[in-house]
Amino acid sequence: MDNIVQIRDLEFSYGTSRQPAIREIDLDIKKGEYIVIAGLSGCGKSTFCRCLNGLIPHFYRAGVMKGSVTVDGLDTREHPLYEITQKVGMVFQDPESQLMALTVERDIAFGPENLGLPREEIRIRVEEALELVKIAHLRERAPHELSGGEQQRVAIASVLALQPKILVLDEPTANLDPAGAVDVLNIIENLQVQKKITVIIVEHRLELALQSATRLLIMYDGTLVFDDKPERLIEKDITPAEVYGVQMPSLIQLFTQLMDEGHSFSQIPFNIPLAAAIILSELGSARSTSE
Amino acid sequence: MSITVKNLDYTYPSGVAALNNVSLKINKGEHIAIMGANGAGKTTLIKHFNGLLKPTKGHVLVNDIDTITSSVAEMAKIVGFVFQNPDHQLFLTTVEEEIKFGPTNFNFPEEQIQRDMEKVVTFLNLKNLLKRSPFSLSEGERKRVALASVLVMNPEILILDEPTMGQDAIQKRNIAKMIEELNQQGRTIALVTHDIEFVAEYQPRVVAMTEGRVIADGMAKDVLTNLEVLTKTKLRPPQITALAWEIANQKQSFPKDVITISEMKTKLLALER
Repeated sequence: MDNIVQIRDLEFSYGTSRQPAIREIDLDIKKGEYIVIAGLSGCGKSTFCRCLNGLIPHFYRAGVMKGSVTVDGLDTREHPLYEITQKVGMVFQDPESQLMALTVERDIAFGPENLGLPREEIRIRVEEALELVKIAHLRERAPHELSGGEQQRVAIASVLALQPKILVLDEPTANLDPAGAVDVLNIIENLQVQKKITVIIVEHRLELALQSATRLLIMYDGTLVFDDKPERLIEKDITPAEVYGVQMPSLIQLFTQLMDEGHSFSQIPFNIPLAAAIILSELGSARSTSE
Repeated sequence: MSITVKNLDYTYPSGVAALNNVSLKINKGEHIAIMGANGAGKTTLIKHFNGLLKPTKGHVLVNDIDTITSSVAEMAKIVGFVFQNPDHQLFLTTVEEEIKFGPTNFNFPEEQIQRDMEKVVTFLNLKNLLKRSPFSLSEGERKRVALASVLVMNPEILILDEPTMGQDAIQKRNIAKMIEELNQQGRTIALVTHDIEFVAEYQPRVVAMTEGRVIADGMAKDVLTNLEVLTKTKLRPPQITALAWEIANQKQSFPKDVITISEMKTKLLALER
């Protein structure tokens, strides 16, 4: 099966509210995709993430879930959380909420220990996770002494030690300074490229996240309103920045404004070197064709 | 209302020297952004603006009041302080009580409190949340409640620690609009932020700090395009500036000090001709 995530007619309401937090979601995700989810606060992004790793329905039992979510062949309603968490790793906004041990190494070992894996296997997994997020030098440190960016890398490593095929990250850089955010996003991109892990990330800083994205989802009022390549964002009839409250990176705003003035470009760049190359080769040629 | 910082040193009781000979003058009605890496001393500095911290050496004057001789309560009427983490200032059971707490404590007239509250909750899009517990809200919403509880006091000087962190695009724009409006009313605004795109767009005066010192102080356009300052403060240039540098690499006549989209567009169209 090509699709690592399959979602059919998904709807969920928390017990406290009759209004569904998310609704009418149908989605297939292929192995190795890098998916960015954007949208206003309160639009259902976090609820959606909880559906992917089985917290919904297993933990939020007062709520009502309709439809189905299948991750790597497991229907999340029919399999217990500990099975699902070996397929789907979840990283939250506040790393402190998922770190608890006295050293980084112990924290990363916690998940595999709980699965009752043999000692040698645990050791191998911890080493691999430390290497993947480049924190081997921090192994003896206490997580609470680390910077926010380092803590978030520890949180990612402790999830990776369960060897998930899918990584779901709910605003992992929201509490980080710019240097920390770039570090964390680089690590995540590496995981997708090298380990072929499927990445699903909720991120407000589109100027950083879209550089790696293969696909962008925009949620609004509990449902998906945009599901396409990021380049499609600036087509004339779609104006997500205004309508759905998604902040367009200034690079994209610039290209949009140039297009409004009658310029056209072969593609819409999400990184600086490509943008410069396009501007230098195509702004000039626009002149030669108009003369 | 101006703030004058004279040769300020601050050393925490633990022995960590957080500020080292900082001098700075913020004039009435100015809008400044203080930027720098984590641990540069930004938050320590702004905590001196309302007397939360008292200088180890040197002086901080708010107008002509030396913060050493004034109480935090006295300063609270003049200087509003919004923390980075809203949970440090929220403690009541509903959003409405939270917002009314300050003015009620200062015995402002009830109608005025009501009127000011209406204004800030409309401003910050909190109307539907008045009866909720602050702790049932999202982080972004709690942040707006904390901001509302300070704004309702009508402070002359507003200090904001990371106001846009964790906010989506619409809330960010609302916060920017609010800051602009408060600034136009003549209020002095000082904010600490990592959000360089936000600063590039609204262009306040920028003070850059590293290791307890001010290393640059000037117009956003000059500070944010200074590679040495950006490197020392671990900031990345605004996207537009990075693009200008990349173009200038290949076309040397292209200006390197561009920070806004509209300016970039003008320069590019000139390039075309």
